Amino acid sequence: MNYFDQDLTSLHADLVAKKISAVDLAKATFENLRAVDPQLGAFLNLNEEAVLKQAADIDAKGIDPDKLMAGIPVAVKDNIMTKDLTTTAASKMLEHFVPVYDATVVEKMRANDAVIIGKNNMDEFAMGGSTENSAFKVTRNPWDVSRVPGGSSGGSAVAVASGQVPVAFGSDTGGSIRQPASFNGVVGMKPTYGRVSRWGLIAFGSSLDQIGPLTRSVKDNAAALNMIAGYDQHDGTSSKQTVPDFTAGLDGNVKGMKIALPKEYMDKGIDPKVREVIENAVKQFEALGATVEEVSLPHSRYGVAAYYIIASSEASSNLQRFDGIRYGFRAEDVKNLEDVYVRSRSEGFGDEVKRRIMLGTFSLSAGYYDAYFHKAGQVRTLIINDFKKVFEDYDLILGPVAPTPAFKIGDEISDPITMYMNDVLTIPVNLAGLPGMSVPAGFADGLPVGLQLIGKPFDESTLYKAGYAFEQATDVHKQTPEVGGAN
Amino acid sequence: MAEERINAEQVQHVAGLAKLEFTADELGTFTGQLEKIIGMFEELSAVDTTDVPATMRLDDDTNRLGQANMRPDKAVKSDEALRQALLKNAPETANGLIKVPAIIDESGDGE
Repeated sequence: MNYFDQDLTSLHADLVAKKISAVDLAKATFENLRAVDPQLGAFLNLNEEAVLKQAADIDAKGIDPDKLMAGIPVAVKDNIMTKDLTTTAASKMLEHFVPVYDATVVEKMRANDAVIIGKNNMDEFAMGGSTENSAFKVTRNPWDVSRVPGGSSGGSAVAVASGQVPVAFGSDTGGSIRQPASFNGVVGMKPTYGRVSRWGLIAFGSSLDQIGPLTRSVKDNAAALNMIAGYDQHDGTSSKQTVPDFTAGLDGNVKGMKIALPKEYMDKGIDPKVREVIENAVKQFEALGATVEEVSLPHSRYGVAAYYIIASSEASSNLQRFDGIRYGFRAEDVKNLEDVYVRSRSEGFGDEVKRRIMLGTFSLSAGYYDAYFHKAGQVRTLIINDFKKVFEDYDLILGPVAPTPAFKIGDEISDPITMYMNDVLTIPVNLAGLPGMSVPAGFADGLPVGLQLIGKPFDESTLYKAGYAFEQATDVHKQTPEVGGAN
Repeated sequence: MAEERINAEQVQHVAGLAKLEFTADELGTFTGQLEKIIGMFEELSAVDTTDVPATMRLDDDTNRLGQANMRPDKAVKSDEALRQALLKNAPETANGLIKVPAIIDESGDGE
């Protein structure tokens, strides 16, 4: 079965009423996946044997009516650790790596009896915006298989968009949940920094990384965030802020809501067809009783430069652990310890990962630290202050997610700067640690375009409320893609 | 900032710090790409950051680094099954230990 006609609420009702068992649901999910995924490549590895056993156990003890996710098949990006299930971060470096513990988010999935079907393809170590940097396979956009799914959580977005699973979990360091959500016409939430534990997420940019859900509907997304949010003693940066029920307050009412539209997000660098979709979304919100006013985020244009310094610096430090000694890839025929390090890293990492390590090492090196790393940290402060100022007067910020819809496979991969510029509208949100969500807003030449909603820290609820009202007022989310959908 | 942002010699030096090596071809490609990306970084020099503090991490009132937010530092008991699982991920083992090549260079080429 595919998941186009069901949401979590209806699936849960069917499971509780025993109209379908968890085992039958898992089997039907794998059957559909085997028919659909060979054309798309959303999954790197499947968990079939363990899943059928887990589903049988869930059926034996009975579906808990209080656990919405019980028996629900989910997919997980392959940089999130799953005990006993190979976790590669789409890198040759970790091709055979089997985690000995679960990420906290995965622990929470298991505690809620969610069923992890398999692991999603991604850009290697989450570095990239097209999933073309995977060491293992190409992932294709289900709306047009000649195009990229976006990235780095491309496999997760495609798995949901093509109806293979109702929920997938990705990670977002500079746009890696929101941009693929936009390219695939699904809902993707990057929660506030600290909202979700990073324990067991293979670290890329530790001051930026967050795990979040991708779903077909806003309500399902809110329910999925309910499952994974909250303080974790294993992640000192996770927050002790109260976690509300994110599905509460989804009533379609945005009357009186004050929405800001940054002029920098609608300038000439944005594809006119994308701009048109966003302009229509603005009209929709106004018709629903919200006010939308133009504001300025003057430092947002410096976000890309600041981000690629900060994220690369953090990455160069985080990726030092891959040394060919305790785990991961070790080069053959090495003659001494230095050789193990240098050759294992040079043969185990792909080009984009090497580029980031080089940029980070350079930015942190003697003589360049002040001009690059420290300066980027100062610009980050200015970007944070821009947002703070806007949020003094507004409830949320609206704009596009990406400057264009999905581009062709192969078109941008040889030009790093063009690829980096795709993140111009998502990066400032990570730098400021704010929640950001992509909601399907329309189409440009048949390709999905997402609307980005940006909120105050720990105010995901307002994004869900606004996203839900918009979704219910349009039929964009009811469209299905070419592969996996329609028939 | 310098006229020439980065040259092949500097790229070699940074590669050494990062424990990476490049072929001559790769070195040429990487130098060209890094030159352009670092050029993009230099856009930041146009921003007035006088007296602006740098943000290096994000925290809120509940997770500011300090004693209050640290979990107690105590030993957690491990077991043989975990030890075996960990060793399975090691590229080479001997007698239940992780094996590494000689730390002293035995190639005889004096490097």
